[in-house]
Amino acid sequence: MFAIAAPSLDTTIVVTSGLLGIFIALRLADFVPNRRFSLRVGPVSALMQSRVIIIGLAGLAIVLSLLLTGLVVGDFPIGAWDALGEAFWARGGEFDFIVNTLRFPRVTVAILAGMCLGMSGAIFQALINNPLVSPDIIGINTGAAVFAVFILATGENIALLPFAAFFGAIGTAFVIYVLAWKKGISGSRLVLVGVGIQALLGAVITFVQVRFPIERIVAAARWQAGSLFGASWDDARTLAIGLLLLTPAAFVLTQRLRLLQLGDEAAAGLGIKVERDRLALIVVGSGLAAVAVAVIGPLGFVALLVPHMVRLMVGQLTGGTLLLTAIVGGAFLLGADLIAQRLFAPTTLPAGVVTGAIGGPYFLFLLARYNRAL
Amino acid sequence: MEGDTIEVPVVETGTSRRSWIALGVLIATIAAFAIRPEWIPEFRCSWYEVVGIVAVLTGGPIIASTVARKRNPAAGPLVRNHALALPLSASVFVFMVLLSLRCGSLEIDNATAWNALFDYDDTVQGQIVVRELRVPRTMLGAVAGACLAVAGAITQGVTRNPLGAPSILGVNTGASFAIVTAIFLGGVVSPEGYVWFAFLGAAGAAVLVYAVASVGPGGATPVKLALAGVVITALLGAWTTSLLLLDQETLDQARFWLAGSIAGRGTEELELLWPIIIVALVGGMSLGRQVNLLSMGEDVAAGLGQRVNLVRGSSAVVVVALAGGAVAIAGPVGFIGLAIPHMVRSLVGPDYRWILLYSLLLGPCLLLGADVVGRVIVRPSELQVGIVTAAIGAPFLIYLVRFTKLAEL
Repeated sequence: MFAIAAPSLDTTIVVTSGLLGIFIALRLADFVPNRRFSLRVGPVSALMQSRVIIIGLAGLAIVLSLLLTGLVVGDFPIGAWDALGEAFWARGGEFDFIVNTLRFPRVTVAILAGMCLGMSGAIFQALINNPLVSPDIIGINTGAAVFAVFILATGENIALLPFAAFFGAIGTAFVIYVLAWKKGISGSRLVLVGVGIQALLGAVITFVQVRFPIERIVAAARWQAGSLFGASWDDARTLAIGLLLLTPAAFVLTQRLRLLQLGDEAAAGLGIKVERDRLALIVVGSGLAAVAVAVIGPLGFVALLVPHMVRLMVGQLTGGTLLLTAIVGGAFLLGADLIAQRLFAPTTLPAGVVTGAIGGPYFLFLLARYNRAL
Repeated sequence: MEGDTIEVPVVETGTSRRSWIALGVLIATIAAFAIRPEWIPEFRCSWYEVVGIVAVLTGGPIIASTVARKRNPAAGPLVRNHALALPLSASVFVFMVLLSLRCGSLEIDNATAWNALFDYDDTVQGQIVVRELRVPRTMLGAVAGACLAVAGAITQGVTRNPLGAPSILGVNTGASFAIVTAIFLGGVVSPEGYVWFAFLGAAGAAVLVYAVASVGPGGATPVKLALAGVVITALLGAWTTSLLLLDQETLDQARFWLAGSIAGRGTEELELLWPIIIVALVGGMSLGRQVNLLSMGEDVAAGLGQRVNLVRGSSAVVVVALAGGAVAIAGPVGFIGLAIPHMVRSLVGPDYRWILLYSLLLGPCLLLGADVVGRVIVRPSELQVGIVTAAIGAPFLIYLVRFTKLAEL
């Protein structure tokens, strides 16, 4: 018999205030001045939104403070100044292993993966024009999971995992898109086809789980729960490379995306190659999701909740909003991981459980509220 | 009561002389096979034979009805002669049972299967295999298939939702969650312990998903139902996984249950649950007329004198009992409850009295067929039936989404 320790008082306060914080942030965002102004530097000009900048700075501050918290908090508490010093300017000291091998990579991976998931969700939601359509809901994460679980279960080279997950995600996105295509794409058809594909892929995962020995299945199951446990600098590097490759494309395509949102015909009239750009957006969007899933597992609801929250705060998707979504995504996943580590300490939960616990109710609220869109 | 005498969809039961002759021939054939089992063709249960037979028996009628409707859209349902079609369905069922008794890693001929049932000799190895392994398995499969199909048909009719089906309602995940929690927290290992947790978990998840999907002015549309199901599944799934991770032993115990298999299970669950299942099946079958009224819309049903809420409530009780019972005895097997009512509806038209009857007969056929396919396709190992039904059912869902007006409902 195994008993879970009751959550201690301070962690309960942390979770509650985290949830409250989300709603307060949504409310407060309305009071932030939202002026648009253009910024010119030589030949380059950009339209800036003051609200995006202010909230972005606030988000950065939150990310940094959570990063510090992540370095300090744990089974072995370290003073804030010591932890920072160990991480940045005085490496190799007393806490080197704890800070630089355990905690620092983990918070970095959380931030980077959150950024990937946030941007991926933002692209999908804007592309389909529906807040409920995000890669985790329509089954793209499961596509990545199939290949990754297969590699983990067969004991193939782990280095192949990110690539396999990446191609799994993109392949799945492509199949779903083709099957849902019928004189145009509709959000509801996409969702329903996604549900079917997800069931099919789920059956494949089950098959793998039953066929292979239990030791490897444990590794696969741990990966599947969406956990940052054991995140390393290698993982962070994979994520960073993925972000470096895909983010510029995402920013370029966001401009086209705004035109695509006017409708296919209007966009074509404005000189957009509709199908080509949509395909590119799907590749970039599922690529971003895939990079994150490859490293931390099919962790749900970040790609759903974060972009929608950001849209409520600052409005339609632009380059700046995309950046803001990335920052908020990083903060959200890092916060969720910290909660997952500390809520039932010393027992740690997978971060996916916490994002699910926060994101699930949020999704159901969206479902009740936005049903007219479906 | 005036309302009781109103017959809504008029159905010709087609009792012409020709059909009685056909019925007589069929019954005579079945009786002849019953007396002389060696007359039944002895196929060798190789994988292509089994897959071919199952594919023809499940896909054939659908293709025939599609072709018939393409030719003459106004012709109505393909099956109007129930005196012919019912015995046909029954014989398909009998045939699937036979297949399930005979095929597997050990092939068994007709005579041995027959003797195992009616003239048992426990010194013959083949007869022991049939009696001890395949008979329980076939019983579980048949009962679970019938429960799932009837539950799906009632759900689709009452909610007027083409995606109303136990697996979409999250029944399987609910049961998995409850069972894993039970194994983890209480160390429940006996089937008697599993059953009630599976039952409660399934019922709870179904009610939760439907309630969540109904919130808001649009009611439970197909898409909202599917989404609510996906999210509740994801939430419960995350908790299930994290519990499994905390304890490897639980994972090892539960992973075969979680795959949905009717292999190697005893009939303990069935022995515990059969009264509930029988009552629910009888109740479900008797709901046909009421479901007919409700499927035309709440207002029409109320206008025709139906006590809508009473019918809804009793349907919900029946569906939860059937779906929960099926999961408890066979594990998480998906898509039977979604696919069978659709197939049956495309064959016999929209009258739920017939839909329920045929679902009761054909649900077990699909489940047993899937199970037999899973047994032979990766011999000498086996595919769990839940995996096979998902592999059949998921493409079927996509077909529904693409080629029917489902999404616009």
